[in-house]
Amino acid sequence: MKYMLLINAAMDDETGPVGNGCTVEDWMAYDKTVKDAGIFVTGHSLADLVTATTVRVGPGGERTITTDGPFAETREVLGGYYVIDVPDLDVALDWAARCPGSWGGGSVVVRPVAEF
Amino acid sequence: MEAVFREERGRLLAALARRFGDLDLAEEVASEAVEAALVHWPVEGVPPKPGAWLMTTARRKAVDRLRRDKVYAARLAILQAEADRAGPVPSPDPDADLPDERLQLFFTCAHPALPAEDRGALTLRCLAGLTTPEVARAFLVPVETMAKRIVRAKKKIREARIPFRVPGPDELPGRLPGVLQVIYSIFTEGYAASSGPDLQRLDLAEEAIRLARILRRLLPAEREVAGLLGLMLLIHARRDARTGPDGGLVLLDDQDRGRWDRTMIEEGRGLVVVALTGGPPGPYGVQAAIAALHDEAANVATTDWPQIVALYDVLLVLTPSPIVALNRAAAVAMRDGPEAGLALLDELAGEPRLRGYPPYPTARADLLFRIGRLPEAAAAYREALGLAGSEPERAHLRRRLAAAEAADPGARQARDGGPDGMPHV
Repeated sequence: MKYMLLINAAMDDETGPVGNGCTVEDWMAYDKTVKDAGIFVTGHSLADLVTATTVRVGPGGERTITTDGPFAETREVLGGYYVIDVPDLDVALDWAARCPGSWGGGSVVVRPVAEF
Repeated sequence: MEAVFREERGRLLAALARRFGDLDLAEEVASEAVEAALVHWPVEGVPPKPGAWLMTTARRKAVDRLRRDKVYAARLAILQAEADRAGPVPSPDPDADLPDERLQLFFTCAHPALPAEDRGALTLRCLAGLTTPEVARAFLVPVETMAKRIVRAKKKIREARIPFRVPGPDELPGRLPGVLQVIYSIFTEGYAASSGPDLQRLDLAEEAIRLARILRRLLPAEREVAGLLGLMLLIHARRDARTGPDGGLVLLDDQDRGRWDRTMIEEGRGLVVVALTGGPPGPYGVQAAIAALHDEAANVATTDWPQIVALYDVLLVLTPSPIVALNRAAAVAMRDGPEAGLALLDELAGEPRLRGYPPYPTARADLLFRIGRLPEAAAAYREALGLAGSEPERAHLRRRLAAAEAADPGARQARDGGPDGMPHV
């Protein structure tokens, strides 16, 4: 069963992303563990929120392009994701808890990937 | 035969849910297997292993269903592959007619990934066999709301694949309180049935006690399991005295304490000692200690109310809730007089959780009655009557209402009755 781990960082409107105390080494170690465990399907870290652009297409086909992402009003910002393949939700929750993104005020949302 | 089905249905459901990972499918084929038994058994006789017969029949029906339904079939294939990856699950008792896998189902129904409000509901529905309207009454929500919650919870178990398994030792401390809460909610439903002709549904209370005994055997070092089991035994010990010959409610004050089950009280007291020894007390241990103080007293007058109030103070710190505050207020009324208790109850008037909760207006009415504020007492009894419960509870409230209306409004009413209608202690 595939689960997406949506890694959210706490965000301050004034100062940008709030560090959660994790180091690059923490992330590299986690990434290596996920890949060594044979559960890695895909995953990426996203560039800074200021680089985000939002597109909306209206009923007449007109494009609206904004740089205020849909995250502007929230206190948490998507910073990256993993898709992992594990037997059940308990295992997925364990991997989410080991992810540095869930520490120090950050959070990881676990969403099952729909199967058709 | 009814008894066989009642005993087997929960086990059947648990085993099927574990196997197919889908409570809806499990419920459907469990019901079909019971229907098949109702057709076959009267003609052919009850098979030597009724549980195994039901399980085989249900499993066959599930496989038929999966053959007809390609989406289900794909799911079954995935589940089997996943089960192989996860490794074989040892059956706890291979010689049993039908292995008891209800513990797994308990941990699934009490899973932290489910909304807290759905856990008890799902357990009552799946393991205690309550109907959705009964579950709705137990949780004080409209039936449609409860039906939606149960559907939503089952969908999450299925689609997020919440596993049917018992957590490992490292996860257990975090997961256990949820399961204890669920068992206790089953017990309180059995102790004061939310609807129907009977005040007490002893089968539910006994089912809760039985499940707590299983947990206690499995987790002998967990003091709160001892506390919960002790609490339920100490309350259940009063069952015979709590209902009159006509099925009516008998208040704690008026109960014939000679009819309390001494053996059960002794067992409960032993568990209180276990629950309160060797570490800080937990909420079930404290509640069991309160119940023990009631059970040890010869009558209401000699009950150790100061100690009971002190234990409620501890409980209020451990589990702050308006329900605990309500029970504490009733105990304060016994220690310091009805005016003191009423003042505390009136402070709780705005609590959303007490809105629509029958024990609140009942406790107010009893205290108003004792103070002699009879028209207000009558109004509060009427409010409680608009909300409660089982037929004996309603009959009791009608009697109290009649007494309040009949009494001379000018006359100070002598002390009569006392706090009751509380789900615990």
